[in-house]
Amino acid sequence: MPDPSFLFAQALSGLTVAMFLFLIASGLSLIFGVLRVLNFAHGSFYMLGAYLAWQFVQWVGTGPGRFWWAAAGAAAGIAVLGGLVERLLLRHLYGKDELYQLLFTYALVLILSDVAKVAWGTGQLSVSRPPGLDGAVRLAGTVVPYYNLFILLLGPAIAVAFWVVLYRTRAGRLIRAAALDREMLGALGTDVNRLYTGVFVLGSFLAGLGGALVTPVKTIVPGMDVEIIVEAFIVVVIGGLGSFWGTFLGALVYGQVLSFGILVIPRFSIFSVFALMAVVLILRPWGLLGRPLR
Amino acid sequence: MSRLRRVPWGGLALAAALAVPAFGSRFYTFVATDVVILALFAVSLNLLLGYTGLVSFGHAAYFAIGAYTCGILMKKAAVPFALAWPAGGLLAAALALVFGFFCVRLTKIYFAMLTLAFAQIVWAICFKWNDVTGGEQGMPEVPYPELAWMARLPGLGDLRTSDHFYLLTVVLVGLCLGILRRIVGSPFGRILTTIRENPERAEFIGVDVRRYELVAFVIAGGFAGLAGALFGIFNRGVFPDFAYWPKSSEALIMTLLGGMGHFWGPAVGALVLLVLNQQITAYTEYWPFVLGTILIVLLFAFPGGIVGALDAAARRLGRRR
Repeated sequence: MPDPSFLFAQALSGLTVAMFLFLIASGLSLIFGVLRVLNFAHGSFYMLGAYLAWQFVQWVGTGPGRFWWAAAGAAAGIAVLGGLVERLLLRHLYGKDELYQLLFTYALVLILSDVAKVAWGTGQLSVSRPPGLDGAVRLAGTVVPYYNLFILLLGPAIAVAFWVVLYRTRAGRLIRAAALDREMLGALGTDVNRLYTGVFVLGSFLAGLGGALVTPVKTIVPGMDVEIIVEAFIVVVIGGLGSFWGTFLGALVYGQVLSFGILVIPRFSIFSVFALMAVVLILRPWGLLGRPLR
Repeated sequence: MSRLRRVPWGGLALAAALAVPAFGSRFYTFVATDVVILALFAVSLNLLLGYTGLVSFGHAAYFAIGAYTCGILMKKAAVPFALAWPAGGLLAAALALVFGFFCVRLTKIYFAMLTLAFAQIVWAICFKWNDVTGGEQGMPEVPYPELAWMARLPGLGDLRTSDHFYLLTVVLVGLCLGILRRIVGSPFGRILTTIRENPERAEFIGVDVRRYELVAFVIAGGFAGLAGALFGIFNRGVFPDFAYWPKSSEALIMTLLGGMGHFWGPAVGALVLLVLNQQITAYTEYWPFVLGTILIVLLFAFPGGIVGALDAAARRLGRRR
């Protein structure tokens, strides 16, 4: 039996991973739920969010509060980019074979990865933790940075905010209606096109925000786009594509399987999450909390 | 029926392919070998994509299994190519049977994702199982097959080993493509097309849709394995990248570029994509950017791919006359 404080540390690190993943995957799941497009470029938006945040930090400096402005600016920038992509390009592929939409978002992955290389080079960039959150605290025998605690609180906060928007506002009701039957919603007089743009913008915003907030704990490197999109896919598949709480649950499961999988089968920890994904797809293709899709 | 279809494209392509070593250029032979092998990979994918209407996002898994099987047998067990090559195809087909059994139970996007998940599992195993696959470093120095007999054939004596291997590849891939063409044209192939057009109706007239899809999946996987086995030898090594998802999307792009509505489309796509890659990477390191741009132009302007666009143009000319 391993030391309980060690287990606690593993669980906590899994939980931190989960909160980041939730931030990314919730946008992916939202876009799929409403637009029925599996957006490979979601990871690229996350990566660009990280690069933009780094860029803004270079411009505004590292004083108190500056990091948050940079992060908000990065997320807003990515939201605008997402809106442009949806308005100008993706819109014309609705109703076509899903292969076309998949390959379109894959083309974006290729293009954006090179754009990032041209703009920021191929080296590693990093952002220091914002003032006030750069310390650490000892919890049950392990050192936990304040910033990680902040992420642990932010994840559930975003989940709750998301839930309020989806289930307690008019916009949320429209989004849920569009996920169920877009034609009927259009027939009832809603501008579905605008709703789609809005959802894509919101999803992109979350990806950009996730990228910006991850910069103090992870170095920014080319390739982080592909890495995160694979993880986010696994999360939404496990939880259920388009299911809100499913994404939350999927992220939690993923984080814990990853951090404890390393203990059980050290060399095959990646294998364990892919295997989990395959098992879920076989037994419940629509995910743990998702609904069967016709 | 378009005029273009009456031209014996397969025969012409075979003749052109066999003539490549006559140029005596190491580089031409290299590119041509790459094209021929990946053409088989892309055509095998199109059996699923274009003919059965199944979007597989994990076709690289079977390519990699073929490559690893053939490579391991030839390098570590010194098994002759004549046995190792079919073994690569068979093991890939067997794996496709296991994975496909689960995949065909799902539809549309879920099918695509499960194929992707399985391919990532194969990749993770290749990446981590150091004792057998060489892990992250892969397995370099897969030997060439015994090709001395080809030097004794008339007219082939003064060619390099890589030319000999290329000619062998052309003949073997030609055989595989011939078989695939027969499959597509057979009643079995027609039923696959029916399934693509309308699975419910196919079910209604008594077709066991899942079983047909599974058989198509196994055939496609087997031929992908054969392509992978050749590629491992050509590449002088087998690496985990073979199973990684960009490899799968490469085959998808080739298929789309050439046109998935035609048997030879993916082969044309492989030719154009690889030649373009060679030309463009000579000027710039930003090949992904170019590829992404090509892909977007293709999706919006030429969804039928090159062959589809040519076919439409020929049809228009034919009508005018």
